[in-house]
Amino acid sequence: MTAATAERSRTPRGAGFDPAFRALCFASATLLLSALAGLLVSLLIGGWPAFSTFGFGFFTSTRWNPVTDIYGAAGPIVGTLVTSTLALIISLPIAFGAAVFLTEFCPSVLRRPIGIAIELLAGIPSIVYGMWGLFVFAPLFAKYVQLPAMMAAPVGSIWEKLTTGVPNGSGLLTASVILAIMILPYMAATFRELFLGVPAKLRESAFGVGATPLEVVWSMTLPYVRRSAVGAVMLGLGRALGETMAVTFVIGNAHGLPGSLFDSGSTIASTIANEFAEASTPMHGSALIALGFILFLITFAVLALARSFLGKATV
Amino acid sequence: MLKTLIAAFFAALAATAVLAADLSGAGATFPAPVYAKWAETYRAQTGVGLNYQAIGSGGGVRQIKSKTVAFGASDKPLTPAELNASGLVQFPTVVGGVAPVVNLPGLAANKLRLSGAVLADIYLGAIKRWGDPRISALNPGLKLPNLPITVVHRADGSGTSFLFTSYLALKNPTWAKQVGGADAVEWPTGIGGKGNDGVAAFVKQTPGAIGYVEYAFAKQNKLPTVAMQNKTGAFVVPAAANFSAAAASADWAKAPGYYLLLLDQPGAATWPITGATFVLMHKEQANGPQGLAVLKFFDWAYKTGDAQASQLDYVPLPAGVKAQVRKTWTSAIKSGGKSLYAGG
Repeated sequence: MTAATAERSRTPRGAGFDPAFRALCFASATLLLSALAGLLVSLLIGGWPAFSTFGFGFFTSTRWNPVTDIYGAAGPIVGTLVTSTLALIISLPIAFGAAVFLTEFCPSVLRRPIGIAIELLAGIPSIVYGMWGLFVFAPLFAKYVQLPAMMAAPVGSIWEKLTTGVPNGSGLLTASVILAIMILPYMAATFRELFLGVPAKLRESAFGVGATPLEVVWSMTLPYVRRSAVGAVMLGLGRALGETMAVTFVIGNAHGLPGSLFDSGSTIASTIANEFAEASTPMHGSALIALGFILFLITFAVLALARSFLGKATV
Repeated sequence: MLKTLIAAFFAALAATAVLAADLSGAGATFPAPVYAKWAETYRAQTGVGLNYQAIGSGGGVRQIKSKTVAFGASDKPLTPAELNASGLVQFPTVVGGVAPVVNLPGLAANKLRLSGAVLADIYLGAIKRWGDPRISALNPGLKLPNLPITVVHRADGSGTSFLFTSYLALKNPTWAKQVGGADAVEWPTGIGGKGNDGVAAFVKQTPGAIGYVEYAFAKQNKLPTVAMQNKTGAFVVPAAANFSAAAASADWAKAPGYYLLLLDQPGAATWPITGATFVLMHKEQANGPQGLAVLKFFDWAYKTGDAQASQLDYVPLPAGVKAQVRKTWTSAIKSGGKSLYAGG
């Protein structure tokens, strides 16, 4: 009896490594967090001269003048939010439709090829989208969307205001469409995974009581994945916010507030990409880093929102 | 087998050692193709390679100031005060220029004539249509479509924009006051394309557009350029000979530190928007042999690189300027108080 107790109380082999293992795991986790915090702090320090010089005006002014060193970020901030939101509005129904098709209607022969094609789309480098957008998409967009839209707009209406611009394929809406194409595969792939996660029992019983596919999707699948789907949308939005190269090529790169859908604008990421390499005065560099800080905050807010939705989803 | 592996290992080591002895430079993207071409030939002849990173003029200046490269390169010359503050010497290597390009249906290249002041008013948004009387006054007898003008400019900070905006500032007081000349400015109007190809694409896609690109880019892509009025009042076309004319008529001897923009120079054949690209080195070379190797490379390029530069549509420096630069090398670049370069 006593021998057995002694046997049990003896520390198992390798237990000495346990604290070290714990410490290692803890270090890995904190390293990631401190890298993130360090990034945020260094962006804040780098951008501080701009924040302190221009104060709150940095967020509301649309002046961006590297010659006189006067900077305001309102144009790029608005451009970023508008293009990302438009991209989301365009791509959401398509991503949803593609995912429903893949899970509900797709013949099983096609299921894999289409799924792979969507994943491949996600892997295309953004510079490729930029070149394609500028040289292929923009001329077609000008001819078949911008010109007809501008000609069809009634004089003096809000449509005329929204479609003012140069019909050469550049501008806010072009950038939004390119962004929509870029975030589409992410959202479609996530939606598909979510739909596949709906228990077969639920769907089959719905079909069993005579529901049509539309009714099944609408009243069974959608409510089941609602929260996670919002999270997936937010992840797509997060990617759209930070997208740089593709937008830079087609958005027209004008600082200041865009006046219409076909007007040139700029986003935070495109402004940084355009000017950072040649920013010669310290204030110019600082203003660009401050832009980076703002983008960080916006993206962080979106991702945090996504997390909170995704976190609650796992029932 | 093991022997081969060991031999291969040492061969690889030796190769790295050779690479380590390569010259390192960084900066402007504009001269990168000709530096690469020169480096290739120079390596074949002497075994000394050049590792040039085209990271942009601003980056080149930053890197040479922090001494991470043997030489920096910039399209925008530093002022004598800036040079002295950081102990740098600069000298020009090749000349290039900026050419306005247009998209006017039915109009051949170089048929349209513009002056600096009118070009600035177009970029200010003060002249909005091609039918404007100030444009037709410069183009008697030319039928211009009365299209609205779409202004296209560079979106990224660049030496090309620096030359172009500095020229507009020189010719138009309103531009000088409202906008100024710099790598990136607050453009009063128009859309921005990324790089020369971005500008060219927008111009091509928009009837009535005007943009500006590097001359070499315009020539290689056969873009319809514009004839510009120079200081003497003559209208000239962008061509290699007219860029040389600008470089030759400039008074380099009176420009301390070679701080000279070749904008609006005298001479009947001179193209008004011309500029040289520059190399930056430290006056005091901590690593003497490396400094000498850089000077030897550019000395070789001055002697034998002109044909290759011309092939790539750069304009070589006039012989007189080269001789003057060589004197500067001897007098200004030293290591431990001794001149590195003894004449070529």
